[in-house]
Amino acid sequence: MVYGPHTPADRERMLAALGIDAVERLFDDIPAAVRAPGLHMPGPRSELEVSRELAALAARNRVDLVSFLGAGVYRHHIPATVDTIISRGEFATAYTPYQPEISQGTLQAIYEFQSLLAELMGLPVVSASHYDGASATAEAALMALRATGRDRVLISRAVHRHAVETARTYFAPGSRELEELPSAADGTTDLAALEAALADAARPVAGVILGQPNAFGLLEPMARAADLAHAAGALFIAVVEPVSLAVLAPPGEYGADIAVGEGQPLGIAPQYGGPYLGLLAASQALLRQVPGRLVGRTTDLEGRRAFVMTLRAREQDIRRDKAASNICTNQALCALAATTYLATLGPHGLGDVAAGGAAAAHRLELALAAIGIERLHTAPYLNEFAVRVPGATGVHARLLERGILAGLPLQRWYPDDADLADALLLCATELTSDEDIERLVEAMGEVLA
Amino acid sequence: MSRRSAVGPDLQPTLDELSVPGRSSFKVPHAPAGALDGVPAEHLRVRPAALPEVDEPSVVYHFVRLSHLNYSVDSGFYPLGSCTMKYNPKVNEWAARLAGFAELHPLAPDALAQGTLELMWRLQQQLAEIGGFPAVALQPAAGAHGELTGILVIRAWHTSRGDAARDEVIVPDSSHGTNPATASMAGYRTVTVASRPDGSVDLDALRAALGPRTAAVMLTNPSTLGLFERHVVELLEAVHAAGALAYMDGANMNAVLGHFRPGAAGFDVMHFNLHKTFSTPHGGGGPGAGPIAVAEHLVPFLPGPLVVAEPDGSYRLERPAERPASIGRVRAYQGSTGILVRAFAYILAHGGPGLRQVSDDAVLAANYLRQRVGQAYGLPFEGPCKHEFVATAQALKAETGVRTLDIAKRLIDYGYHPPTIYFPLIVEECMLIEPTETESIETLDAFADALIAVAEEARHDPDLLRGAPHDAPVRRLDEATAARQPDLRWQPMSGEQRPCPQ
Repeated sequence: MVYGPHTPADRERMLAALGIDAVERLFDDIPAAVRAPGLHMPGPRSELEVSRELAALAARNRVDLVSFLGAGVYRHHIPATVDTIISRGEFATAYTPYQPEISQGTLQAIYEFQSLLAELMGLPVVSASHYDGASATAEAALMALRATGRDRVLISRAVHRHAVETARTYFAPGSRELEELPSAADGTTDLAALEAALADAARPVAGVILGQPNAFGLLEPMARAADLAHAAGALFIAVVEPVSLAVLAPPGEYGADIAVGEGQPLGIAPQYGGPYLGLLAASQALLRQVPGRLVGRTTDLEGRRAFVMTLRAREQDIRRDKAASNICTNQALCALAATTYLATLGPHGLGDVAAGGAAAAHRLELALAAIGIERLHTAPYLNEFAVRVPGATGVHARLLERGILAGLPLQRWYPDDADLADALLLCATELTSDEDIERLVEAMGEVLA
Repeated sequence: MSRRSAVGPDLQPTLDELSVPGRSSFKVPHAPAGALDGVPAEHLRVRPAALPEVDEPSVVYHFVRLSHLNYSVDSGFYPLGSCTMKYNPKVNEWAARLAGFAELHPLAPDALAQGTLELMWRLQQQLAEIGGFPAVALQPAAGAHGELTGILVIRAWHTSRGDAARDEVIVPDSSHGTNPATASMAGYRTVTVASRPDGSVDLDALRAALGPRTAAVMLTNPSTLGLFERHVVELLEAVHAAGALAYMDGANMNAVLGHFRPGAAGFDVMHFNLHKTFSTPHGGGGPGAGPIAVAEHLVPFLPGPLVVAEPDGSYRLERPAERPASIGRVRAYQGSTGILVRAFAYILAHGGPGLRQVSDDAVLAANYLRQRVGQAYGLPFEGPCKHEFVATAQALKAETGVRTLDIAKRLIDYGYHPPTIYFPLIVEECMLIEPTETESIETLDAFADALIAVAEEARHDPDLLRGAPHDAPVRRLDEATAARQPDLRWQPMSGEQRPCPQ
């Protein structure tokens, strides 16, 4: 047995107690026609062999490049407290807190997560977590359908591509309609097109979804978009990046009814795609439409403050086919990472992360402009922006050979858009040093020469 | 077990109550002055976010003290039926934290990601072998997410054949709540079929429910009662004869590794719960991972990107539109790779023989414990069970008035996490008990002794059970008020309102 305790003698004792001679007898209920003879995979292997193989695989990845790649996943300094806390078996190896008397650690941490995110989002109701930012966006779009009884959702094409694609997958069944809004010349969402789409009285809109910053790193006119959505009876949904909320206006203040986002920047490593943290916050009016778990404060029999999962009648194990979503397993440990991250950094530390990234991005913009590489868009940005580079995809590949990951060629996400054919999306964070910027500028100069 | 003594009589203040203006720890360099000069004022926060200000030692005290209020697999027996709370190997945690895995950006070009891509490709192969299917998609983030993905794949298959009339999904009344919730999310109406008194799906009722409107039948096998569907062959024949597809909820695979391969048996789609069968930790509710495996005719519809092996020995992600019939993506990026690393390490350590031993031991332990628990509780179904079993306190309740909930809460005083209670919904006063393969015979005996002792207590001192737990960090909670007056966040306090921090 690789991890279990049973010796041959233990097994004999259990078999004897059951009055059978072999464990095979316990599988006699599997019909012979579908009974498998075993699996064709070598093993078992010792921990030594397993760890060697895993270390060799990890070593085949390249994580030593100078990187300007963000595009929805951002590298940040993760304080050592985060891994110390989420490594604790008391948190990592507990189940969903169905027994609150012995789960107060998890429950209070989720309540704290909800409180911290409510403050950042400026919205009072925060779900205990979703799978990631893209699936949270899709859930928010479905929420808008339920809340309004309408079928049509408008999403800006400048929302993260994977969120748009995920929402499209979720919208495949039935009469659900997802429509993309075009960009204006400055790279933000075309509000005239939004107004026109909202004006179609025969096809009323349930929700309008914009990103802040958007997929090109640009700051959108959120308050105006929210006003337009509300005037048409639609909900306004903001897709946000949580670190930026240390300095940017919170969605609740510019009129968002729902805010969603990818929580990965809050102390979670990139890990080639997950596990991440889907954020979903909503107004009080939408409380009962919120998918996923919620933790509330209450008291125990002796009047002590305690925490418990609440408003459970929205959930699948109670309501089955009438539930607000099918979500069961969520991202609780990732939410704990975010809670520890925010507690460790505090408001000023988080502000330094956000503003430090903005400052580095501004230096990057100036350094590139000095060698003739200009921004593609004119709208303001925070810490990520697109530049125009002739033959962007080829340049990206040649920079890779020089140890530089020059962001994302936007053609990868918008293959049919001629305006983006020569665009690289570059990001800076507090990890981006002046030396990194110098190396990029120097290498870019050589490659383009 | 005395948890209260370990943490003191008072529970932990919230982070907000611990906050003192000016406290902090120095983690990143201060941003230069004017860092935000390029951002128009209309986009900036007017009022700073009122996040707590706490020093690092206090942050660590806070979360370590909170951790002491939790019960976990690392601290004791957790026989939570349908959840497979087995031991989580520590080497898997080490592996997932290796910088090469952890620091890799999900949009890194394939050339930089060969280690993770190889791991993902091999995991696709491993799960395909375990499930008896030709192809696997690793993208879904959890079991329910895998269900949604699988049902959308089934929908796409019907649509591709011009069959738009199918608008129903059939589930047994013993199914997980996620099954009907998934059907609704995928745009289907749920039709529920009753189980037979022996716990199996009623084949006649299923045949009656099947028809030209049936898109899929979702089955859990072994069932949520811990029983293998003896008529699985006939069930699958009936489903396919009606033109519907068969979905298998793989939540209970821990019972049948190397004994039963759902794809080889004729299921069209299944999902795996890597956080159950393959021992990735549950994290207080997640994260998990819910890869799906499909039969040949459904491969074109799988979500993307999948990982592809090239003839030259390299690996890559599928390119956009490489499989034009794909349902698309169900989340951002490729999958919860950090979880996939852990599951891969687990499967690698066991190999085929080791995984079969896992199921042998899980089923043996469950049957052994079942027999012992049967000394004091009802066993509504005939054995053998698979990896878990249903017991009922119905007779005890009739005799003493004590409910299963009270028994569960009393087990906490004995130092155990209670089993799953009141699920499946079709057995009165039930407990669903899953010991897993990683608990020793001594632990199984001690737990059985505790359950038997609690039954005795119910006869002599029922109020002891009704008031339980007595030795947990808190007593029973006022859940009604929590729901009636939801308090879902703290209201930030100004300085003078704050209590003195500890």
